[in-house]
Amino acid sequence: MAMTDQEILAGLGEIIDEIAGVPADEVTPAKSFVDDLDIDSLSMVEIAVAAQDKFGVEIPDDELKNLKTVQDVISYVQRSAVSA
Amino acid sequence: MHLPTGAPAARILAFGGYQPAKVVTNHDLAATIETSDEWIRSRVGIASRRIAAPDETVADMAVAAGGKALAASGFSTGDIDLVIVATCTQEAPIPNTSATVAHRLGISAPGAYDINAACAGFCYALASASDAVRAGSARAVLVIGAEKLSQWVDWTDRSTCIIFADGAGAAVVTAAETAQATGIGPVVWGSAGEHADKISIADRQSFIFQEGQSVFRWATTALAPVARAACARAGVEPSQLAAFVPHQANLRIVEAIARQLRAPDMIVADDIVEAGNTSSASIPLALARMTETGQVGSGAPVLVLGFGAGLTYAAQVIIMP
Repeated sequence: MAMTDQEILAGLGEIIDEIAGVPADEVTPAKSFVDDLDIDSLSMVEIAVAAQDKFGVEIPDDELKNLKTVQDVISYVQRSAVSA
Repeated sequence: MHLPTGAPAARILAFGGYQPAKVVTNHDLAATIETSDEWIRSRVGIASRRIAAPDETVADMAVAAGGKALAASGFSTGDIDLVIVATCTQEAPIPNTSATVAHRLGISAPGAYDINAACAGFCYALASASDAVRAGSARAVLVIGAEKLSQWVDWTDRSTCIIFADGAGAAVVTAAETAQATGIGPVVWGSAGEHADKISIADRQSFIFQEGQSVFRWATTALAPVARAACARAGVEPSQLAAFVPHQANLRIVEAIARQLRAPDMIVADDIVEAGNTSSASIPLALARMTETGQVGSGAPVLVLGFGAGLTYAAQVIIMP
């Protein structure tokens, strides 16, 4: 069943709140993990693993460097869901 | 042929810890390699670590920690009939560390062997000691985790020299009178040999190598289930734990696994801040400190979880002496 961008954003917000302590409502599509949300590459690994579980997609380690903004993750989840 | 006469259960009598005198801070490291105190604290959680003297050996540190545990246990050297040293950084393959340590402590002719399960070594050794007591192979066991990682580290490699450090921790294990008085829970141990290349020392001329990101990912996904399984086998809920003492690999890993256990009231060991990653010594060092400071009381249930090169892992619930 397809998820909307808004649903993925909300799910990501929960994950980022739990792992990095950033309030979910501060997690908006245009924000960069490193520059805007102060999330480093170790937290990105945890966030990617949690997103894998929540959205049912594979996010391998070498994909992480391409996921620079929140929107990048939303788009990736959508692309992966389509090809699944 | 007779069967050995064992015991209904095993328990820990005391801990002892030893850290070398020399303190190396992040600022000390930043003076010679490209790193910073802020970066190290946020990525690994270490503020300072202890480094052994050039002529201070793994056996030296094991003797120091073992002696302290023995003194705190109320047992004498004559009571110990098995010495197990968990180590992966000994100077040479033979003789093993344990026979030398036993002799230097004045323990007369105990069984003596070393265990190499890297950073899971202490938990493996603890399980083996418990098994030996229960099965009747030993009456009292001195279990030591001792490491001199500094002699295997490339001090120009900022990905490893900021992490690894030296130290030793020990426990005295003996019989419990009844099954109800058990102090060492069933071990949940395992390995992931398909990841053997993730943490390694290639040969005697080489330095320690670690694929940090892969190890981080594995540790923050594969180990919480192991921890929960150890709790289940012990019949203790995570919420009943007084403390969680995982191998002090990296504070971010410690916090991630602790978070996944969903037991907000339990104390989470963070020894790494002033001890660094001391492989198999990290868990007993943390336990020794908790006992000395009274941070965790006698009789309290504590979950220990070792994990590291191999990859190997082991967890069990213990009752604090």
